[in-house]
Amino acid sequence: MIESFVQGVNQVSRYIIPLLLVGIPFYGLVFKKVKVYETFVVGAKDGFTIAVRIIPYLVAILVAIGMFRASGALDLLLNFLSPVLTFIGFPPENLPLALMRPLSGSGSLGLLTDLINQHGPDSLIAKIGATMFGSTETTFYVLAVYFGSVGIRKTRHALVAGLFADAVGVFSAVYICRFFFG
Amino acid sequence: MLNYIWFGMMFVGVVVGIFTGNIDAVTAAAIDMAKVAVNLAIGLIGIMALWLGIMKIAEESGLIRLIAKGLRPITVRLFPGVPEDHPAIGSIVLNMSANILGLGNAATPLGLKAMEELQEINPDKETATNAMCTFLAINTSSVQLILPATVVALMGATSSQIFITTIFATGMSTIAAIAAVKFLEKRKQFAIQSGGNS
Repeated sequence: MIESFVQGVNQVSRYIIPLLLVGIPFYGLVFKKVKVYETFVVGAKDGFTIAVRIIPYLVAILVAIGMFRASGALDLLLNFLSPVLTFIGFPPENLPLALMRPLSGSGSLGLLTDLINQHGPDSLIAKIGATMFGSTETTFYVLAVYFGSVGIRKTRHALVAGLFADAVGVFSAVYICRFFFG
Repeated sequence: MLNYIWFGMMFVGVVVGIFTGNIDAVTAAAIDMAKVAVNLAIGLIGIMALWLGIMKIAEESGLIRLIAKGLRPITVRLFPGVPEDHPAIGSIVLNMSANILGLGNAATPLGLKAMEELQEINPDKETATNAMCTFLAINTSSVQLILPATVVALMGATSSQIFITTIFATGMSTIAAIAAVKFLEKRKQFAIQSGGNS
C-alpha cells in the first residue's frame, strides 16, 4: 500500500512543474487579463541581480567549509566521538554523513552513495543514512543564499535554530530506523 | 554567532591542516571553493529568472494573495510580525509547498522572493527579523513529502521503506526548528540591537 502511494506521489510530482509553468500564465491571461509576457520579463529581470548579490556570502561560507573539510578535522572529530555514539545506539558509520549534511550537499551525497555501496541498500546503516539525508538540509548554504540575497549580515538565532533542527532530524532518523528496521 | 563559527571553521582547518600535513589541501580547497561559490551563483541566474518571472504573473493576477488568504490560520501563528495579507506570506507558502513536493530548484527562487518581501517590512536592513529566522529555520529543517530523486536512485526498491521514516524524521526536525526559533527569539543574546554584532 505504501509502495503504491509513494509511486503515486512521485508520479504526481513529475507533472507539477510543467503544470505550474503553464497554469499560472493561463490563469493570469484568461481570467485576469494580465499581460503575461511583459509581466514575466519584468519579474525575470531580478534573477540576475539576486544571483550576483549572493556571491560574497557564498564565497565566505563555502571557503570556510572547504578549508575545514580538507584539513581532515572531521575524521579527528569522528575518532573522538565514536565511543560515545556507540553507547547511545548511534552507528558511528553514519556520523560523517550527519556532520557533513549541514555543510555540503554534494559532500553529503557522496558520503551517502558510499554508505549504500559499502553496506547495501537493505542494511540498517544505509536506511538510516538515506533517512538522514532526506530529513535535513544544507543549513549553511541556505543561510548564506537566503540572507545574502537581501544583504542581511546579522543573522541572530537562525543558525542555532537551523543546526538544532538538523541535530533533531539526525537523531530522529537513527531511532526511527532502529525502531522500524533494527 | 556566525562570526565565531565562520572563523572557527577556517581556524580549525588551518591548525588541523598543519598537524595532519593536509595544509596544501586546505589551501587548494579555499581557492577552489571561492570559484565554486561564483559558479553556483551564476548557475542560479537562469532558474531564478524563470521562476521569478512566473511568480510576477502569479502576483499580478492575484493568485499569491489568494493562497496567502487560504493558509492564514497557520501563517498568522508562525509569522506574527508579518501583516496578514502581505505578499511575503504568499511567497512563503509557495516556497514551503515547493519544498514539500521536493521541487528543490523551484523552492530556492520562491524562498528568495519571500526574503525580499520580508526585507521590505524590516526596519533594520542588516539584521534578520523574527519572521526571517523562522522562515529560514523551517527551510533548513527540510519539510518534504517526496524523497529526493537522488535518494530514490541510490536506494532503488528499498526507497519505499524509508518513505515513512523520512517523513517522521523531517517532521521532528521541523517541529524542533519552530520550537527553537520561538524560544530563541526572546533570548537577550539574540535580541535585535542596532550596532551590535552577533
